[in-house]
Amino acid sequence: MSSITTTPQPNEPNGKQSHITSYPKFIGRSLWLATEGSFAFYAWMTMLTALFLVGANAWANQVAGGMIATNMTDQVSWGLYIANFTFMVGLAAGGVMMVIPAYLYHDRKMHDVVIIGELLAIAAIVMCLMFVVADLGRPDRFWHMLPIVGKFNWPISMLTWDVIVLNGYLLLNLHICGYLLYMRFLGRKPNPTWYIPFVMLSIVWAISIHTVTAFLYCGLGGRPFWNTALLAPRFLASAFVSGPAFIIVSMVLIKRLTGVGGLDQPIATLTKIIRVTILINLLMVASELFTEFYTGGSHVSAAKYLFFGLHGKTALVPWTWTAIGLNVTAALLFLWPGLLRLRWRPLLVTACLMAFVGAWIEKGMGLIIPGFVPSTLHEIVEYVPSQLEWKVTVGIWAFGLMVFTVALKTALPTLKHPAEH
Amino acid sequence: MTTTENARKPSLPIVENFTRRAAVKGGFATLGAAAFVAAVSPLRQAAEDKSAAEFMQQHYTELSPQQKADVIARLEAEAKENYGADVTIADDRPIPGTKFVYAINLSVCNGNGKCVEACHKENNHDRDTNQSYIRVLEMPKGTMDMEKGNTTYTGAVPQDDKFYLPVQCQQCDEPPCVDVCPVKATWKEEDGIVVVDYNWCIGCRYCEAACPYHARRFNWKKPEVPADEVNPDQSYLSNRIRPVGVVEKCTYCLHRTRRGKLPACLEACPTGARVFGNILDKDSNIRWILENKRVYILKEELGTKPAFFYYFD
Repeated sequence: MSSITTTPQPNEPNGKQSHITSYPKFIGRSLWLATEGSFAFYAWMTMLTALFLVGANAWANQVAGGMIATNMTDQVSWGLYIANFTFMVGLAAGGVMMVIPAYLYHDRKMHDVVIIGELLAIAAIVMCLMFVVADLGRPDRFWHMLPIVGKFNWPISMLTWDVIVLNGYLLLNLHICGYLLYMRFLGRKPNPTWYIPFVMLSIVWAISIHTVTAFLYCGLGGRPFWNTALLAPRFLASAFVSGPAFIIVSMVLIKRLTGVGGLDQPIATLTKIIRVTILINLLMVASELFTEFYTGGSHVSAAKYLFFGLHGKTALVPWTWTAIGLNVTAALLFLWPGLLRLRWRPLLVTACLMAFVGAWIEKGMGLIIPGFVPSTLHEIVEYVPSQLEWKVTVGIWAFGLMVFTVALKTALPTLKHPAEH
Repeated sequence: MTTTENARKPSLPIVENFTRRAAVKGGFATLGAAAFVAAVSPLRQAAEDKSAAEFMQQHYTELSPQQKADVIARLEAEAKENYGADVTIADDRPIPGTKFVYAINLSVCNGNGKCVEACHKENNHDRDTNQSYIRVLEMPKGTMDMEKGNTTYTGAVPQDDKFYLPVQCQQCDEPPCVDVCPVKATWKEEDGIVVVDYNWCIGCRYCEAACPYHARRFNWKKPEVPADEVNPDQSYLSNRIRPVGVVEKCTYCLHRTRRGKLPACLEACPTGARVFGNILDKDSNIRWILENKRVYILKEELGTKPAFFYYFD
């Protein structure tokens, strides 16, 4: 902390002590600010709270009565929770697509709003952790997973790697956002030594969270549908669609609701990124389908189930074709140069939502479930999420949106008056 | 409500009327917290079923002899309380110089399913879901492709154009299920048996996803076993009644085989298709079969190295 030389509070004896008192003050002030707002804001937060409470209640019932309340089985042992977890990791990683232009390419405009991506990463990781806990049969034994007090199967289990990279990414982003906003609160210029190295690290780290999450699945030899080297690159490609898509929609809303300026250029940059990544994603999907269907053999059965149904079982077919329809339409819209014109904003938002939902299906129901159908003994047991699973899922999404809203509110003064740094 | 002029220039605006606003916000926060407590109240009931001793229990391999004795006494008392059954839970350890392997003669197996049933009873499986560690595939002759098999066949057996392939835990020498477990709740013992500490498993079901043989089962609910049907001869690592929310698996009936008996599925088999023994014993029947028959293993290409063999006469 020796880098701090200018002290706005003259009554503090030295820099070290001032942080001890002023950081809690900053947190308190931020929380206070985050609970200030218009009627619409309170309505929005009340709705999210209500949805979250519904989810919390459903989860408590699941813990009390056992996971029999879900529609998962020994054949399909992971379902909606892990599907959402996988997608949320992507969303968290996708936030980095704002960091790269801002810090690697010194995009000034992006610099001012890069914190939106980082705050999204925080909210998304919190949701990831909640989805994992929701999927545990014994959440009361969560401490077994902690290093030292528990028994951490590192480096062999990919799940322990995931625990490390996800929590590491959360801490990194908490530090970066916390530091930048705190300096802003103190009215000081952020010292690059305290955040630039962490920003650079977070770029590599963002790639790692999605790579490790892909390795969770593609390392399993007994599940041919997942056992492909293309899985991690595919994960990243779709993350770099869904992350920027979510941020574009957020920025359009922020612009409309709060009057924060300077967002049009970042929106354009992200749109250009999606133009590329959405095509790369489609190309990879096509490559995988080619090797599956052209070769045939027993490996193709999961893909057949996904796209056309197998032995008369077709539960996933509507999901798949919806995802393909959304992804292809979104890709076509993004390729149209006129999409960036201000009067076509609603169309841009539509394209983003389509790409977002398309990626959600592709990474979720379209990836996790066919890994289990047919099962390793080639039984075809279908899976459709139960009402309880939907409630828990909606509850976690509501909580994530609450975290994101509160975080954005905290950052609003910074976004409104970007400091030159 | 008035907002302050920007004279004091802190970057975050200061809201006046602090106390009134604080009171309103505090009220809503209290309301929210109360609603949250009400929403998660089913957790209280779930917590009542679990003792502090259970929560704090260490991993099986780290328990001292005294701690182990305490744990077993507690588990026996719980079986009495929850199932009304007097059970004895032993801590059967591997016999030195033993490596158990299993073999099935596919020329003889006729798919009658007696092994499935015996496993169900021996291992105190949930009666409601009719669980078992064994699954038998009815396969058309002329293929080894499980895709063409059927696990839910009914009617008379054996069918002329079919053969029968029982599948259970293969007790792999390179078990993917053990590799993926994030908390080391499952491991391979010296006699080749892969076991689970049901009091350490967190229920993530990653092992279930990793197993290529569909050998693992999850307790989606609390198992139901009538008191008079509970098999009282139990072992900590095998057939004691499992807690809800954890994964379990075939243990080659270690509560029998480590005491010199044969697995329940083998004893129940009316055709003599099943052979079990210690591969390190040169004079054993199983050793002779592995040396003299046409033997193969399932999904060899995955490199899991099963200790479970199939052969033809």
